[in-house]
Amino acid sequence: MAGHPSTYEPQYAATRWLDQRLPVIRMGADFMTFPSPRNLNYWWTFGGILSLCLVSQIITGIILAMHYVPHVDMAFDSVQRIRRDVPFGWLLQPMHAVGASMFFLAVYVHMFRGLYYGSYKAPRELLWILGCVIYLVMMATAFLGYTLPWGQMSFWGATVITGFFGAVPVVGESLQQWLLGGYSVDNATLNRFFALHYLLPFVIAGVVGLHIWALHHVGQNNPIGVTPKTKTDTLAFHPFYTVKDAFALCIFLLIFAYFIFYQPDALGHSDNYIPADPLKTPAHIVPEWYFLPFYAILRAVPDKLAGILLMFAAIVVLFVLPWLDTSKVRSMRFRPVARPFFFVFIFFCFILGWCGAGNPDDVAVPIGKGLTFKVLSQISTAYYFAYFLIILPILGMTEKAKERPVSITKSVLGDHAAAPAE
Amino acid sequence: MGKGLIVSETVNEPHGEGAVDGEKRDFIFIATGAVAALGAASVAWPLVAQMGKAADTLAAGSIEIDLSAVEEGGQLKTLWRGKPVFVRHRTAEEIAQAENTDIANCPDPQTDAERLIPGPSGQVNPKYLVMIGVCTHFGCVPVGEAGDFDGWYCPCHGSHYDTSGRIRKGPAPKNMEIPPYEYLSDTVIKVG
Repeated sequence: MAGHPSTYEPQYAATRWLDQRLPVIRMGADFMTFPSPRNLNYWWTFGGILSLCLVSQIITGIILAMHYVPHVDMAFDSVQRIRRDVPFGWLLQPMHAVGASMFFLAVYVHMFRGLYYGSYKAPRELLWILGCVIYLVMMATAFLGYTLPWGQMSFWGATVITGFFGAVPVVGESLQQWLLGGYSVDNATLNRFFALHYLLPFVIAGVVGLHIWALHHVGQNNPIGVTPKTKTDTLAFHPFYTVKDAFALCIFLLIFAYFIFYQPDALGHSDNYIPADPLKTPAHIVPEWYFLPFYAILRAVPDKLAGILLMFAAIVVLFVLPWLDTSKVRSMRFRPVARPFFFVFIFFCFILGWCGAGNPDDVAVPIGKGLTFKVLSQISTAYYFAYFLIILPILGMTEKAKERPVSITKSVLGDHAAAPAE
Repeated sequence: MGKGLIVSETVNEPHGEGAVDGEKRDFIFIATGAVAALGAASVAWPLVAQMGKAADTLAAGSIEIDLSAVEEGGQLKTLWRGKPVFVRHRTAEEIAQAENTDIANCPDPQTDAERLIPGPSGQVNPKYLVMIGVCTHFGCVPVGEAGDFDGWYCPCHGSHYDTSGRIRKGPAPKNMEIPPYEYLSDTVIKVG
């Protein structure tokens, strides 16, 4: 909460001296004593998990850059050399590659958490928008990074994605060639993608700083969405949530470690082990799993420009969500009508991911004449947008919410709340 | 200049008898800002323009292709400016198919003859179709002798091209591009 009183007392002459000049220890101490709602559940542990993901990606990334060669003739082999010859390269390269997937896994859980508990509603609109900015820059970073191993999927993924800019009316071709630094994806492209892939994580780190600043200014949301009012509604961040975060982090790292040590390539595409060949397109180009839903939206319409606009709109709609959801009730726990619509929304997000992996003309569901992936992705895309543009705005005005607890303390302790909480 | 020090401490006080001339200050403020913005833009331009095509990329020369090396029913694939160029030696059946298409129904109507460049004799040679083998959707390389129109099929997002390289079905908006080329002799062309 805004300006919670600082309880830090410097113990030594040196810390007193520092505190009067640059109160960094005080900042850290205030961070640790930050009053957090006492009812946060495990869905609230992903902020900490994401922080670790970012740090891990930056550290392993800087190490990989020490061995990687951003040149079309050497990039592919240099990545293979990291995996085979560089000391511990077999560990560090998968940590980075699998790490990207784990980062997205965590960010999607974090975002669905925000969607379910209404963490985007006043006064957290800007907090949510900063999160959307982080997500957008993450997607750019992941795309640039996926190009670097210079396999077939790297090359053709880069060709398809930079092709989006070619669809811009009038200036499209010039814009695309300016981005590529040539007529097609080539050495100039690889070089600049490497430079930008190195830069963007630090941009993310900067926006994460703003995200946390905004969080500490407005305070965390919580599972019942009722704002903390009294001292008994909150707990100090440390040790209560440092321990909870640490436990969740351990579980997360177990999954992470499973992939690194047993399935380092399970989340990637085997075609990326074929060096890039500008004369041959792989039979079936697919992006990494975390982009599949957007890829399905792109392919849902048969028009090039419309597909691209729709795909970008799928992200833009998240930015304006705080003003689309007209309900004053934050948590879905108290929204009996909106809640099932939310679960259907999640279902269709998964369906979109499935459609993105499939061939548009193949039959997905053998009912009637056969439901193709294309038709299925059209239905799912329609629901995706309807959820934000029709369902949430209308439900906010018509839905009768369940009665909400008066306070967090009351919701946790029930009738015992009457007893002195001290 | 000892007095200057005193003046600087009382900088917010109106000078002399007259009050501050707000209009003059606004003008100076806007004029300074405009000059600074212009300066910043002139420095920013090189930072942006460096990403464009470098001189050596622009100079990437033209290539010569010997058509006689391509057998009937065969296709030569070669790289020009980093993009694949297809040289298809079409069969009589393929030519007939390309010429007898009702182009009114095509998304990007072009006759087969419009997609060929005349040789030294001034006549087009319908046997050889030369085009940039890049799908106009998102730049994948279509597969030959495939698709609903026996021309090319793009595996990325399902665009079908006919034996003239025209888009007939699928998300691609345009026919496959014809590169600039000329016949040096009856069987040799220069692309670029």
